[in-house]
Amino acid sequence: MVAAQTQAEFRRLVRVPEFTGFGLAFPLILYVFIGLQSGSLAGVDFHKYALASLSTYAVVNIALSSFGITVANERGSRMDALMRATPVRSIAPLIGKTIAAVSFALAALVLLYLAGILLAGISMPLEQWFNLTWRLLLGMIPFICMGFAIGYISGPSAAVVVVNLVFLPMSFASGIFIPINNLPRFIHDFAPYLPLYHLGHIAWNAVGVSYPDIAASVLWLAGYTVLFVALTLWAVRREDDRRFS
Amino acid sequence: MPASTESFRGSTASAEGDGGAIVQLVDAHKAFGRVEALRGVSISVRPGELVGLLGPNGAGKTTAISLMLGLRRPTTGKALLFGLDPMDLRARSRTGVMLQESGIPLTLRVREVVELFRTYYPHPLATDNVVEMAGLGEFQEKLVKNLSGGQRQRVYFALAICGDPEALFLDEPTVGLDTATRRSFWDQVRSFKQRGKSIVLTTHYLDEADALADRVVVIDHGLIVAEDSPEAIRALVPGKKVTFQWPGATAEALAGLPVEGLVIDGARVSLLTSDPEQVLRILFGRGAAITDLEVAGAGLEEAVLVLTGGR
Repeated sequence: MVAAQTQAEFRRLVRVPEFTGFGLAFPLILYVFIGLQSGSLAGVDFHKYALASLSTYAVVNIALSSFGITVANERGSRMDALMRATPVRSIAPLIGKTIAAVSFALAALVLLYLAGILLAGISMPLEQWFNLTWRLLLGMIPFICMGFAIGYISGPSAAVVVVNLVFLPMSFASGIFIPINNLPRFIHDFAPYLPLYHLGHIAWNAVGVSYPDIAASVLWLAGYTVLFVALTLWAVRREDDRRFS
Repeated sequence: MPASTESFRGSTASAEGDGGAIVQLVDAHKAFGRVEALRGVSISVRPGELVGLLGPNGAGKTTAISLMLGLRRPTTGKALLFGLDPMDLRARSRTGVMLQESGIPLTLRVREVVELFRTYYPHPLATDNVVEMAGLGEFQEKLVKNLSGGQRQRVYFALAICGDPEALFLDEPTVGLDTATRRSFWDQVRSFKQRGKSIVLTTHYLDEADALADRVVVIDHGLIVAEDSPEAIRALVPGKKVTFQWPGATAEALAGLPVEGLVIDGARVSLLTSDPEQVLRILFGRGAAITDLEVAGAGLEEAVLVLTGGR
């Protein structure tokens, strides 16, 4: 059941051109624009730094849109009602969606890595490639939970807007497109409260930037995971009361 | 799984008075805020039976089906599916459902959706079988989003039967379908029934319920107002339906006639009577300038109309 669900969820994602376009092509295009400048930042080659930035952007984008938008659509189209009437355990679609989104994110990373190697001539130890990959895939968890909360709280047409309204400003404020030190003072002060800021630090750390307290970033993400899970459970219960009680 | 199926079938008969009932509502009430959608409904569906739930919009038909499926909970009273809580996965794996307006993944092919839903059930039918029974052969490689409304409805039917359910729930399955598609749909339902399955359906097209149902349950304002075979329900109301145009038609002008289910819609009048000749004699005696007169045998539709107060 879970295997079939995963396959179906993967097909659903891959066959939506907006999703494949924004999920795979957009980070590559951004890398060409941002990442091919030479120089260094925070003590590492800028090509590498930007690769970590846009890899972070790519996986979080997939987590938020595959969960936020599809969950909202399933509620809007009443597909969730049909699923509830089947004997499927509600955990199966959730696992299927997660595996599908993580596989998709891995594909997006591989594409970015190829661009980094072929276009920017990046060479780094295998350990760093490996670290960047597993940290980012694991780091999707709080954002999957965040997507789930958005998908359950907002309606189907609002979900796309909410995801973009949250994600784009958060990406800028977390230093994904522009180094944090170049941002206005108030954003600079606010950034350390954002989950993406911490995932960014974990990614930059993987390619060689050293931070004194990377463990704090991990804790921040764990805290956000708890927060979004709680928010989702609240929203699911609210939905149950409204539509299925 | 077969062993456990047998064992809880046995316990069904002992735990519940109505031995072997597929679906049961027992004095079910359902309130949405201050609105009472169901006000004490008891329905029991036996194996192999096709039961039609009829009644006007807002009568409570969909609410009744939602309770039977565990999509909603009764405020008071009980809902049982195969003698179990309808939310129980063991009950659900023996049930197939077509809901009003429910979505399916638009970017999957027809065959892929059927194959996905098959994996939800313990003893599914073969995909080729399902595709054929639902008349989807030529569309099976199409993406769901490229299907017409009628073709999509067939997909919903395929998903409802793919688990080889013992009970099938169809909530307004033919809304928005053209006549030919509707006819072929009912052929599919009929052949499914011939395999000994129980079916609960709601429909607006009462001639369809008349042709298919073993039993009809008429619901109005959240209560059952009649429950019997279509023939018996039809016999509850006078035999003929009379319609005509009469610009002078008012409630007073038509008072004192031996009729039921009188509806005056501008100059258009329709009524039911067991003695149409007498009614017309009286009207002509009153000097009514009647045009466009029709007298026809009353059907289930007229019967339900009378039973539900002409709504």
